[in-house]
This record gives sequence, structure tokens and C-alpha cells, in this order.
Amino acid sequence: MPSDDSRERRALEFLGRLAHPSSRRTFLKWSGVSLAVVAAACNDNGSGLTAPPGGTASVSLGSGDAGVLNYAYALEQLEAAFYTQVVDRPYAGIPQAELQLLTDVRDHEVIHRDFLKAALGAKAIGDLQVTFASVAFGDRTSVLTTARTFEDLGVSAYNGAGRLLTDPNNLLVAGKIVSVEARHAAAIRDLLEPKSAAFAGDDVVDAQGLDPARKPSEVLGAAKPFITTTIDASQLP
Amino acid sequence: MLKQHTILETLDDPALVARLASRREVLRRAGRLGGAVALSSVPAALAMLARSAFAQGAGLPQQIKDVLNFALTLEYLENEFYQTGLASGGLIPAADRAVFQQIAKHEAAHVALLQGTLGQDAVPKPNFDFTAGGQFGDVFSNYATFQALSQGFEDTGVRAYKGQAGNLQSNGDILTVALRIHSVEARHASEVRRLRGQKGWITGNQTDVGVLAAVYAGEENTTQAGVSLPGGDAASEAFDEPLSKDQVLAIAGQFIRT
Repeated sequence: MPSDDSRERRALEFLGRLAHPSSRRTFLKWSGVSLAVVAAACNDNGSGLTAPPGGTASVSLGSGDAGVLNYAYALEQLEAAFYTQVVDRPYAGIPQAELQLLTDVRDHEVIHRDFLKAALGAKAIGDLQVTFASVAFGDRTSVLTTARTFEDLGVSAYNGAGRLLTDPNNLLVAGKIVSVEARHAAAIRDLLEPKSAAFAGDDVVDAQGLDPARKPSEVLGAAKPFITTTIDASQLP
Repeated sequence: MLKQHTILETLDDPALVARLASRREVLRRAGRLGGAVALSSVPAALAMLARSAFAQGAGLPQQIKDVLNFALTLEYLENEFYQTGLASGGLIPAADRAVFQQIAKHEAAHVALLQGTLGQDAVPKPNFDFTAGGQFGDVFSNYATFQALSQGFEDTGVRAYKGQAGNLQSNGDILTVALRIHSVEARHASEVRRLRGQKGWITGNQTDVGVLAAVYAGEENTTQAGVSLPGGDAASEAFDEPLSKDQVLAIAGQFIRT
């Protein structure tokens, strides 16, 4: 079944390319290449990275699909580190069901992180230094609103990154992860405002019924207060 | 259409595939023009052609239109399901109404968005039978049945969009719209599952509704991109799996009368 499916996909993709020989995608690919060259030429930091205890001072995500997957890996590192702390020191009086839910989410994010590292192999960035100084781990609202921020951000990041991937297998894997992030987002939002419209509230889903799609620069800007490591995303497609 | 794809995919000669594909497109256009001429005066037919040139759907490759019409069919199904449910007095408890109103609002928006993108190429809404030939006879009078089908439709929707993402890669804008719908369907699925006392994520291929087993077939996968993942249940929960168009149509088809 999967092989028939991918054969059909390849055949259909091939037809799509025939119909649009000078497609936007081809253009983007070429412009991506030139951008990467410029970025490499301007990057006087090079790859001379220092690695203090607990993480790397600066990383370059790299280019192409691997760069996009490293971008995802960076976000999954952040999420996994956050939920690990949440579960290690849960807020006082946490109901068992809530602890179970957050433990599930922690497990999923750790699996996403470890999967991406394994899939990237030698191209994987190092461990990021993260900080949750702004989070009061003893306070339910502080923890859950931070979780909501991370989950919504993750959803918008994957939604924006899909078009940057060229290998359909990578797009599929990203799709398999993003819907689980969206399931998390809805569950966390429901913990904050049970049985309301908040799980997919008008503050996040627009009037056309669409979740946001954000560019890497926007996402990394929003994540910056939580990531001490300097992330160079300039070679991303 | 499915049959033509099946034929094309068996061909290994790119030149032949290209010839067949372009011939198919010429025949399709000629057919449309012929129909227009037969039904109306020549000036009206010219006006129709001019409109079609500017309609948003007109410039899209057939492959993308096929995916969008497939998605539109699923959105029609979800939209009518929730509209009917919300209009069925006494079905949805007051405490849960806000959830289903929000879902219904999104499904209606998705229908409008896909129709607008496809323009005159949008498929018409099918006639639905939400009892699936009597399997769910109390769907609009028994809240438990309604919720179970809601979960089934949302989880199917997530898998359906995921399975088509690769077919939209030639158009980044449309791919992004589809991904943005896909994650909203996943939010819906999570919420409905949790309303029903389930986890928001799918564990293995488990379902408490036996007749919906096809919705969860393959969700037990724990090998991704060749990486075998530890973690048991959590490893299957952490990744949602796609369904092929045929698998989705086999599920949705039970609810389509004509």
C-alpha cells in the first residue's frame, strides 16, 4: 500500500512539473542556493563553535531540507526541555489526569527531538542552551500559558516550513509531527479554558478557519527569550 | 480520474506520459467548450471562457484541483454533519455547545475557502447519509453516537490532508493553506476525543468504536523515516499517520448517498 501510494505521488508530481517547467519552486530553489552562498561568504564566525557545559554557544541550522529539519529539531529541543522540567517538578496540587497529559506531551516531544536528531545524523546541530527563567514552574497558569505559547508556535512553525521542504518524505514526516503538536495545543488550551472555543480559539485560528503559518525568522524571534544559543538560520531555504 | 492516474503511473516512458497528460488536458478543455457552445449562444460561451481564464481554479494543474475537490468533499461532509447536529434540538448538551459551534464555524469556512479557490471547478456537495445505511441510526438523537462519529470524521480529516500534502508540493501557497487546515482539524480531533474521555492523541490503532477501525488502521506505526522509535505507545502517539485517497474514500463513502 505505501509503495503504491508513493509511486502514484511521484507520477503525479512528475506530471505537475511537466505542466509548470519554470515553477515557483524551481525559482525558490535557485534563489535559495545563491542566498546560501552569500550567507556563507558573510559569515565570519564560520564553524568555530565553542561548547560550554550544557549546550552550544552558537549553531548554524544549515541549508536545504536538513536546515529545515534542524530548525524543527531546535524547536523540539526547546519543547522537550520545557516539559521535562514541568514533569520533574509539577505544580502543587496538580490533578493526576493533568500530570498524565503533560507526561504524554513530554514523552512525545522527547521522541520528536530524538527522532530528528537520528534522522539528521551527522548534520544535526548540537544541544541548545535553553532558559526558562521567566516561567514559574510552581504556578499552573505560568506553566500552561507557556505550554500554549510553545505548542501554538510549533504548529505555526511546521505549517510555515512545509513549503520549504523539497523531499516529499520529509514533508510527510513534518506533517505527521505537526498534527500531534496541534493536538497538544488544543489539549493545553482546553486545560486553561475547559469546554470552550479556546482549543481552536479565534485568537489563533483565523476567520477562514486557518491556523497560522510563520516563517523561521518570526518563530525563532519568538523563541529567542527561551534559547540562549545563537541560532544562525540565514542559510535556510 | 483515479483510474487514469493508475494507468499513467504504470508507464515508465516520460515522453509518453507527457503526451498522454497533455492529450487528456486538451480533451478535457474541448469537452468543456463543446458543452458550453451546445448550451448557450456563442457570445455567452466566449464570456464563459473569459471568466474561466480569471477564475482562481482555472490556472491550477489538474492534480491540485483533484486534491482540493477531494478535500472539499470531506469538508462538505463535516460541515453538514455539524450543522445538522447543532440544529437537532436536545442532542448537544449546553455545556458542550461552544465546542461544536467553533468546529462548525471552521468547517463552514473551509468549505467556502476551497470553493473559492476552485471557482467553477469545485465539485457540488454530495447527498449524505450520516446513518451510513442504518449503522448509526441514532446519530442525531444520541449524543454518544454523534460524538463518536465526530471523532471519526476529524481523525479521518487529519489523516486525509496529511496523505495529500505531497501532491500539493508544486504549489507552495496551496500546500500551506492545506497544512493550515490540517492542523485545525487536528485541534478539533483532540478536543472531541477529550470530550469523549479519550486522550487527545491516537494510541496505537485503538478505537472504542469498532466500526470505525478503518479510521485508525496503520496508526500503530513506530518506525519513521527508517528510524525505529523506542517508547511503545508514546512513539505511536507522537506521529499521526496518513491515509491514501482510496482509504479515505472507503471510510467517507459509507456516508455518501449520491
